[in-house]
Amino acid sequence: MTTAWIADFLDQLEARGIPAREAPAPGLAPARLVQVDAADWGRLAHAARDFECRWVAGWGEDGGDDLLVNACFEKDGAYLVARAAVKRAAPTLPSHAPYYPAADRPERHTRDMLGIVFHDHPDARRWTRHQAWKDTEYPLRQDFPVAGNRPAQTPPDDGYGFLRAQGAGVYEIPVGPVHAGIIEPGHFRFQAVGEMVLNLEERLGYVHKGIEKIAAGRDAAGLARLAGRVSGDSTVAHAWAACMALERAAGVKPPPRAIGLRALMAERERVANHLGDIGAICNDVSFTFGFYQFGRLREEWTRLSRSAFGHRFMMDRVIPGGVAADLDVQAAAAMERQIVSLRNELGGLFNILDDLPSLEDRLDTTGYLDPATAKALGALGYVGHASGVAFDVRRDAAYPPYDALKVEAPVFKYGDVAARVKVRARETLASLNIIETLLARLPEGPIGAAWKAPAAGAEGLGLTEGFRGECLAYVRFDENGRIARYFPRDPSWLTWPALEILIRDNIVPDFPVCNKSVNGSYSGHDL
Amino acid sequence: MLRILGKIQRIGVVTEPLPKIEEPALAEVGAQIKACVGELFGGSLAIRQVDAGSCNGCELEIHALNNPYYGIERFGVHFVASPRHADMLLVTGPVSRHMEAALRRTYDATPEPKLVIAVGECGANGGEFGVSYASCGAVTNVIPVDAVIRGCPPTPLDLMRGILEAIGKQSSR
Repeated sequence: MTTAWIADFLDQLEARGIPAREAPAPGLAPARLVQVDAADWGRLAHAARDFECRWVAGWGEDGGDDLLVNACFEKDGAYLVARAAVKRAAPTLPSHAPYYPAADRPERHTRDMLGIVFHDHPDARRWTRHQAWKDTEYPLRQDFPVAGNRPAQTPPDDGYGFLRAQGAGVYEIPVGPVHAGIIEPGHFRFQAVGEMVLNLEERLGYVHKGIEKIAAGRDAAGLARLAGRVSGDSTVAHAWAACMALERAAGVKPPPRAIGLRALMAERERVANHLGDIGAICNDVSFTFGFYQFGRLREEWTRLSRSAFGHRFMMDRVIPGGVAADLDVQAAAAMERQIVSLRNELGGLFNILDDLPSLEDRLDTTGYLDPATAKALGALGYVGHASGVAFDVRRDAAYPPYDALKVEAPVFKYGDVAARVKVRARETLASLNIIETLLARLPEGPIGAAWKAPAAGAEGLGLTEGFRGECLAYVRFDENGRIARYFPRDPSWLTWPALEILIRDNIVPDFPVCNKSVNGSYSGHDL
Repeated sequence: MLRILGKIQRIGVVTEPLPKIEEPALAEVGAQIKACVGELFGGSLAIRQVDAGSCNGCELEIHALNNPYYGIERFGVHFVASPRHADMLLVTGPVSRHMEAALRRTYDATPEPKLVIAVGECGANGGEFGVSYASCGAVTNVIPVDAVIRGCPPTPLDLMRGILEAIGKQSSR
């Protein structure tokens, strides 16, 4: 990580006539905070893009007379949060979306939730809002009641303006929100000719359950529980990010053993998801052998997580100040044995996947995402890694205990489904090495630090690497030591748009395998 | 191909006679499910799973029902792609307001007689999310529910037990 670019960037802003004031923000550290005028919001993004910063996340907040807008950038592993205030009476400012496609949906989300208008945003359509509240109501405003003002029954979401394709032989396929498999709900609108997909448009927001709103007023432990349910498959990653933010805001330091156990759980979560998804990808191309073998390995892995930590997904095991479950000697030994046997089995299975002609036929060149597009979208995790974007929080913005570990982040440039499978296979093996090191070096001592609520207004930023990539959590406390604002940014925000692009020119029957190879979280996105 | 066959032979069948894992009663659970399914559903119970707002935790465990350890299909239980083919809806929650209409329509599209099971703490009572501007809370707030499987998420064994209880209740009607 190097923060050298931030000083240069601030100079650059000055040279462009953009007044920027760096403000102290101890809870955001190591990220830094810079405040700019709302009128310069768009030019700030322009400068950041010229500086080759990555657009990480954007969120808003009701600050009373003012509404606050935040955007987080990253370069060389150093994060910079930019903030602007707009008047509640006229909450309008320029958009980042003309410079960063990644900002498109987050800004529409902020508009739907807070009524902040990004006036030159290229897409005026709503995003998170369906029909549960009116377009003149903003759930994240403080005067909006948690219970809402809704009619007895929520009507279906008709009338969203999908892009229409026209021409001889072009037809539309609407899919969802209730899908054919055991999958989360969302709507996909395809335009196709014959079997070829011309265009895909995603319509998400179906599992919006008001996470940001109902976070307000919770205590720290309650927030960690909620964070663990932003996306159930990433419960450790999100709970850890939230706890990191809470702890930075409150100046609480979790003890070294708790840090080691958090990483152990996070790596176990990564391995479980990769095993399950590699199997599911095999299933989507009718290679059921792979489905059952990887499903078997995932089940064995999940069972040991349960016997070690008391929960198959390790939900509610990361808590503010530390962890809720210690690891005993027997469980640690069982993990070591399991890794030896799993590594052995995976060696054989990956060899089979590697040179099976039918898999090669279905996975190679399918769902291609070119490196330039992946970079422009800010794609994260295995989607980014398969298309040349190497960022991994554990290595590039290392947080304890990863700052003392070697993290391998395999990168390919082929950008197809096969490359995404390969990244996940390599990451699985790398995680096994990390777990072995963590077990060998696990410090003795307590597994939790006493929680103490911080002063009013204290804010914190947490960043972890979940199995899908970088998870961000922002928190701010109120005057009662409770949560005033929580914003989790799942990596899916940045990989869902990639799916729309990589499916083009593929055949409709390859959509499931393309979708699974990206595996965006609906819940983590819809909030 | 030989490697694949070799692997299959070496691993053999891992599918468990369920009792080994947790409860002695579960050997019978499987057998009972099979018997009930045989009697009530002509040997085949078709389940349509509906995620009406879940965090995806419950879905992971429902997926696990199809892995080789649980192999729920051996009891005549299988998951289908359309509510029109279903005897049972397995609904995870909380029901988001944005899924409310879709869930009602799915329920209406399922032919009678039908069973509805609400899955997970959220499906049972709203869980961490409760009732809000965005959430209807429990599944029963939106469609009639016959049985509930608690847990966050319920384990695959909890799910099997819950499914059996629900069809058992149905047969005693």
